[in-house]
Amino acid sequence: MSILHNHPAKAKEFVANDERMHWHDQALWFVREKRDRISKTIPEWETLRKYADQIKSHTMANLDKYLLEFEKNANAKGIKVHFAKDAQEHNEIVHRILSENNVKKVVKSKSMLTEECHLNPYLESKGMEVVDTDLGERIVQLRNEPPSHIVLPAIHLKKQDVSDTFHKEMGTEKGNYDPTYLTRAAREDLRQKFLDADAGITGVNFAIANTGGVVVCTNEGNADMGASLPKLHIACMGIEKVIPRLQDLSVFTRLLARSATGQAITSYTSHFHGPVEGGQMHIVIVDNKRTPFLQSESYKKALNCIRCGACMNTCPIYRRSGGHSYDYVIPGPIGSTLGTFRDPKKHKTLSFACTLCGSCTNVCPVKIDLDSQLYTHRQDLREMNIISNQKRLSMQFASWLMSKPALFDFAGKIARKVVPNLPKFMIYNRFNVWGKQRDLPDMPKKSFKELYKEEFGNDK
Amino acid sequence: MKVGLFIPCFMNELYPNSSMATLKLLKKFNMDVEYPMDQTCCGQPMANSGCSKDMKTLALRFVEIFKKYDYIVAPTGSCVTMVKDHYEAFFDEDDKDYNKVKTSIYEVCEFLHDIIKVEKIDSYFPHKVGVHNSCHGHRGLKLGSASELNIPKNNKLKNLLNLVEGIEIVELNREDECCGFGGTFAITEEDISVAMGKDRIKDHIDSNVEIMTGADMSCLMHMQGLINRENKPLKVMHITEILAGKVQL
Repeated sequence: MSILHNHPAKAKEFVANDERMHWHDQALWFVREKRDRISKTIPEWETLRKYADQIKSHTMANLDKYLLEFEKNANAKGIKVHFAKDAQEHNEIVHRILSENNVKKVVKSKSMLTEECHLNPYLESKGMEVVDTDLGERIVQLRNEPPSHIVLPAIHLKKQDVSDTFHKEMGTEKGNYDPTYLTRAAREDLRQKFLDADAGITGVNFAIANTGGVVVCTNEGNADMGASLPKLHIACMGIEKVIPRLQDLSVFTRLLARSATGQAITSYTSHFHGPVEGGQMHIVIVDNKRTPFLQSESYKKALNCIRCGACMNTCPIYRRSGGHSYDYVIPGPIGSTLGTFRDPKKHKTLSFACTLCGSCTNVCPVKIDLDSQLYTHRQDLREMNIISNQKRLSMQFASWLMSKPALFDFAGKIARKVVPNLPKFMIYNRFNVWGKQRDLPDMPKKSFKELYKEEFGNDK
Repeated sequence: MKVGLFIPCFMNELYPNSSMATLKLLKKFNMDVEYPMDQTCCGQPMANSGCSKDMKTLALRFVEIFKKYDYIVAPTGSCVTMVKDHYEAFFDEDDKDYNKVKTSIYEVCEFLHDIIKVEKIDSYFPHKVGVHNSCHGHRGLKLGSASELNIPKNNKLKNLLNLVEGIEIVELNREDECCGFGGTFAITEEDISVAMGKDRIKDHIDSNVEIMTGADMSCLMHMQGLINRENKPLKVMHITEILAGKVQL
């Protein structure tokens, strides 16, 4: 049985710490503003978004063709390509490659796909050591937490939290909150892990069909270290990461870092077009419930996502509720639509964790119609009978009442007469959620309709 | 030119003065305005809760009531968005009545700005005003350019307000941040909704705004509730009340 996740309850916990919530909101707003500023330095920004949308939509419509082309070209470069239908198969393939090479220690560069497949616990259960090498990812790994953001995995933590974690796990000085000190400590610790590793696993930002190579974007260079120091490199990607041609890449590299962090480009945009000398390179391409998206008219564009995280940074709900409130591997607007489509029952609150403000759709570099997908999810949940009976019945009642104007007018009239004379406890109590922290509007003596009738008669 | 006035259900019941200001404003520009008595709700609360199928009768009623007008004008961006964007499921693609309604419905500021193209407004309002850009009108109807997009800056609400004598429009720190109302979101996600509303109010107060205004009373209602609960030094007014000035019918 799947555990039901509840966004409002988790959000309540996060909001309860007002200082931390505002700090989180400010930190992400800072990134969103950086993104706004840098995107406006590119005159053709909106055209680039249109191109990106078109390239992605075209590729998804011809995915079989491009995947085969990619496989053929990758093979020609000495890269072994594996296809996995789901997370289990993905983990098994990775494990098989590793054990065939007697690997004990693995360094991994941030990859949301391996997070989605729960690769770390799988490999650990087989006796391997897996170390996440992206700094943010390493911090949450040491804390035994999932990332709370896809680009900024530890954005929910303050330097004090990081210091405490490092003190506990790596023996750094207690109470030393200096970011430079902490970063150096992590760097030193990680350097040894890189040197000791028998294999490196990386994610993939883009797989280029006509070259058969993959591109990984990082700011810390950790993917390059992991893929170059050990002789074995395994790159894991979802089927949706493929793009047709090398020249298409430029559209995405211009959009990705600017959308993600407001940088012109990531510090490292590394192309892997074959194994290191005397080594091996494998690419595992995973479906794991992606093909149903391709068949869905309403949600197929969600698969175009290039994982920049811009929708999270701009989302006023994400900024105030934190990534863990979503209880899904990808949080924020894109996570809400992906999660709800994959398991509507489990994630039934996610499409409602949204005011439909539309900002996510506007920042999305590949123009995914996020807010309208979330609107559509709500209708689908109702059709699948997943929303609460109370909500369904009250909405049915409201619709019925609203189709009877005389009755609705009468109800309004009564309310305007009765409510102002009610004692406070009858209005403000636990049944009135609106009134817990907000006053109700003052009840006017007359409705607009009544005033209109008085002034102009009943001349419709 | 016959204009059908669409007043959202909750505005009819709770905000008769703002509704009346809308009517006065249209009359001020010599519009032949009529308020059809049988109108109720556009169905937005139901649809946003996932129950759009349950409000099909409301969509059919709406089109039936308003199809005869040259223009339909409403003092609310979100209800107009509802009719324009979400009624499609209930009608055939070539349904003449719906297509007419869909293309002739306007939010009142949009109507004054784009159709009447007003250049002068006889109104005086000597106050510091902050404009809350309600999301559905702002991004959905494009009443203003969204801060996320790389397009020329424009804001129809501000353009109109700038015609008002004595007014000072104050820049906010976050130009078009959502206030957290979101219909039933205000109830189902109460904590986030309240936090968002408070932040939006704080931005106005920090910017020395006296009056917060906007084109969607529902957002303003949410923030008015928070302001009143905490006795914050900020007033809320629907934009039509400022634009209508002291005009007598």
